[in-house]
Amino acid sequence: MKKLLAFTSVAALCAGSAALANDELLELMNDPTQWVIQTGNYANHRYSGLDQITRENVGNLQVAWTFSTGVLRGHEGSPLVIGDTMYVHTPFPNIVYALDLNDHGRIKWKYEPQQDSSVIPVMCCDTVNRGVAYANNTIFLHQADTTIVALNAETGEVKWTAVNGDPSIGETNTATVMPVKDKIIVGISGGEFGVQGHISAYDMETGELAWRGYSVGPDDQILFDENTMSLGKPVPANSSIDSWEGDQWKIGGGTTWGWYSYDPDLNLIYYGTGNPSTWNPSQRPGDNKWSMTIIARDADTGMAKWVYQKTPHDEWDYDGVNENILVDKEIDGEMRKLLVTFDRNGFAYTLDRVSGELLVAEKYDPAVNWATHVDMDPASETYGRPMVVADYSTAQNGEDVNTTGICPAALGTKDQQPAAYSPQSGLFYVPTNHVCMDYEPFRVSYTAGQPYVGATLSMYPAPDSHGGMGNFIAWDALAGEIKWSIPEQFSVWSGALATAGDVVFYGTLEGFLKAVDAETGEELYRFKTPSGVIGNVMSYEHDGKQYVGILSGVGGWAGIGLAAGLTNPNDGLGAVGGYAALSDYTALGGQLTVFKLPD
Amino acid sequence: MKRLRLALVFGAVAGLASAGGATENRGLPGNGPAAYKEDGRYFTEDGVPTYFIAEDGTVDWLTFSGFRRYHAECHVCHGPDGMGSTYAPPLKDAVERMDYYDFVYIVSNGIENVDVSHQNVMPTFGQNKNVMCYIDDIYVYLKARGDGALQRGRPAKREDKSDAVASFEAECMAGG
Repeated sequence: MKKLLAFTSVAALCAGSAALANDELLELMNDPTQWVIQTGNYANHRYSGLDQITRENVGNLQVAWTFSTGVLRGHEGSPLVIGDTMYVHTPFPNIVYALDLNDHGRIKWKYEPQQDSSVIPVMCCDTVNRGVAYANNTIFLHQADTTIVALNAETGEVKWTAVNGDPSIGETNTATVMPVKDKIIVGISGGEFGVQGHISAYDMETGELAWRGYSVGPDDQILFDENTMSLGKPVPANSSIDSWEGDQWKIGGGTTWGWYSYDPDLNLIYYGTGNPSTWNPSQRPGDNKWSMTIIARDADTGMAKWVYQKTPHDEWDYDGVNENILVDKEIDGEMRKLLVTFDRNGFAYTLDRVSGELLVAEKYDPAVNWATHVDMDPASETYGRPMVVADYSTAQNGEDVNTTGICPAALGTKDQQPAAYSPQSGLFYVPTNHVCMDYEPFRVSYTAGQPYVGATLSMYPAPDSHGGMGNFIAWDALAGEIKWSIPEQFSVWSGALATAGDVVFYGTLEGFLKAVDAETGEELYRFKTPSGVIGNVMSYEHDGKQYVGILSGVGGWAGIGLAAGLTNPNDGLGAVGGYAALSDYTALGGQLTVFKLPD
Repeated sequence: MKRLRLALVFGAVAGLASAGGATENRGLPGNGPAAYKEDGRYFTEDGVPTYFIAEDGTVDWLTFSGFRRYHAECHVCHGPDGMGSTYAPPLKDAVERMDYYDFVYIVSNGIENVDVSHQNVMPTFGQNKNVMCYIDDIYVYLKARGDGALQRGRPAKREDKSDAVASFEAECMAGG
């Protein structure tokens, strides 16, 4: 409590100064006893500097306390801890609880928004929410119906609300928001409903819209100017609308429902854009810019500094929204500011985050087959583009043709479930899917507010492998190599946490919290929580003791397969029993479990 | 206007269920519920659309088409092969409990189950041509799954699309 008061009083003295809100947040992020942002820090490291829990003693971990959220759908994201208060969020109806860590988690306040239930079916894959954000003594919640709410962190009182989108045309929200300086950065979902994706900045104090940059559209909408670069060259005018046929860009997708990162020195925010609409590539010829793209924007103005399109003209639903992790590393004797991302398309990219130069693009699952490699030759006409394998091209095979054996499946080698980075080991810890698919596109018509998909998919475990649907891997981003890989029966749909104790944590769809050795991947501890884990592991310290927290509550896209399990239709009936359904292991729930070492 | 359009789509679909006209193949082989075939579609004795699976596993066109449409429009909530998810019930079982007309009504109008422990809402698909033009296809596919006549996955062999089905599809997708 002392610590929180000290910080808030500093902020109060200098109220109105934009930079200070940011300084306070930066200082809090550097304090390992708290967990003040969903991504661990602006760089998205998901690393805890706490080291009480070590590879030697983690085997003694025990449950300290639990909390039921009262909601039974997919629980993504994690709680925050600021001072002596923990903030826990839920899926729709998006309840926020403030729990008093000094009083056994007593509920200090609870906020439950009133949302029209008609938003529920407009969310493509469960009503998940990836958590609240904190800055300036305020908790920011971005509801399913795209209402942004600023709550007094002490009392839960509403300071302001703003509306970011229109659910009646399929605009919804699942993401957290990112506070930067005096603004909060806000995205939007609805790629399967033909929305025109955008990212927006709202004034932290008033909720007023400061700027909005679309992913697709004319230059004044996407906030590109003559200084916007791509792969070392200025982006020509009208780059987005010239890469679409007719007005298709207006329902072109490119939603922004993933994670955001920020570099305070460069004053740039980084994020990825989602799939172009529809899933039938024949209905949208062209590169469909700037869907599937990493975009670096100026935090004050929103102007795009550089862009890199990972999957031009998507044919597989490989949304490019995954987190961009910012690290500084030495390359050829020179310190470089880097950005590392594990894309849905199965390639792990390392870029220079100042210029957007592409440095590494390698597969992080050997099963990936839709492209042979990414062209790394700057002199080549196809520089930076994936070299698509014709057999696995749903566009080349055409409408009404079932393209089989594509790896990865539409849910990607990794979806939004965030990776962790340990500055101690220099490695990235990545939760992955090991799933392949058959994909048959066909023609669909657009109706506002209705699903706009246009493809039939069957997904199944990667053939000729260990039979499971996931791996948890350690990745060397400079070499572009897997250091070690743990096979998992189901997709790993939980965000990882790396710690200074050389322990890495992640959850599994069966409901286990697992702890592994950061160097070797050896399993050191597991505990079966009440429901499958799709939340992200976090850590904090209270009264001098380190805690580890995780939300359970199976659902999300992973929940689609709960009852059925995934089978390979090409394997025939005999294989069905081989891949047991997730429902044999877990059922719905909504619970926070907090772990500690014995006293 | 909305209501009129809904009624038109609905009418076109429901109309098919009791369509008269020339029939063929009365006394179909096998134990399935199909009593007769008309214009490439199969019907029960009561004139309700149903599936037909030949002894060699060849499925009728609508069942195959229903597999495709189900896995584009329905499966993100109701799970693969009609088996349900964490947040929506298995439709292969639902079509065993409700009749064809209730099925069409719920798909057209939606349904809500929202209380302290449920937040299940199915939207109205009455305006969605990608669903309503294929509602019989989706129904007979799910019925084949629910009856245990069709295994999981993509049917390996199928009948061809009849001209009548093709022209209905073109008209329905083009229509306002």
